[in-house]
Amino acid sequence: MADPATFADQAMEYMGSLYSAALRMTRNPADAEDLVQETYLKAYRAFGGFQEGTNLKAWLYKILTNTFINSYRSKKRRPEQTELDDVEDLYLYRRLGGLEAVAASRSAEEEVLDHFTDSDVKAAVEALPEGFRMAVLLADVEGFSYKEIAEILDVPIGTVMSRLHRGRKALQKTLHHLGERRGLVKAADLPS
Amino acid sequence: MSSDQHGVGPEIGTGGECQEALDTLYRFLDGELTEDRRSAIQAHLNRCSPCLEAFDFEAELKIVIARRCRDQVPDHLRSRVAQALVEASKTFDGPV
Repeated sequence: MADPATFADQAMEYMGSLYSAALRMTRNPADAEDLVQETYLKAYRAFGGFQEGTNLKAWLYKILTNTFINSYRSKKRRPEQTELDDVEDLYLYRRLGGLEAVAASRSAEEEVLDHFTDSDVKAAVEALPEGFRMAVLLADVEGFSYKEIAEILDVPIGTVMSRLHRGRKALQKTLHHLGERRGLVKAADLPS
Repeated sequence: MSSDQHGVGPEIGTGGECQEALDTLYRFLDGELTEDRRSAIQAHLNRCSPCLEAFDFEAELKIVIARRCRDQVPDHLRSRVAQALVEASKTFDGPV
């Protein structure tokens, strides 16, 4: 059993990751701060039940996710979007295709990625429906395994994989639109 | 099927090995394949540069997403949480 007296020492180092995830989930700094504080308080009270030696970061993320779903999502009173339009594989890559490489070591398609700003990428992630957004955050930003994500979100591994697959493609489509608007990528047939 | 036309983008064969590689792209990048499966895909990438380029791009995008989604914790949040934990410890009798 974990000793509550050691909680702060062990858990505070994850605040940066938790806060970033909270911002993507709530899309609002004030709510993100409240969500992080509530997560730490709940985790502190439940710390006795944490198995020492298991993954503390994943455990904290599970509390963060549950707290978000129970306390913050209900504010919007909007049904959760569980479907996404079908987007083809390699959406962004295929649309950047045929660019002339500037540097030999990296492809021109990869060079384009450098031009997306923090706010571009954050906006594209935040545009994803919740379930997809959380899967992408946990995998791409936090590097959790499929098994860990399944436990954090309390869904089967197959659901994790399908949300990741569809979420990532939708993210690419949003990035492509942002790129068109910013003139980073050639606008094919931009609606007027 | 290297003569396949895709309309847009670099050519990636639609048949056999290329399709199989594409189907496992995310599991490959996420480190979720068995060692056997991983080496089979790696062997394909070593001999198929269109697939290799596509994989490289997706790997780079994954890195870009991770790097661009980091936010600095405001100092006031750190102290707020630390303070809240101190308060909680005063009224906390032990694990429930």
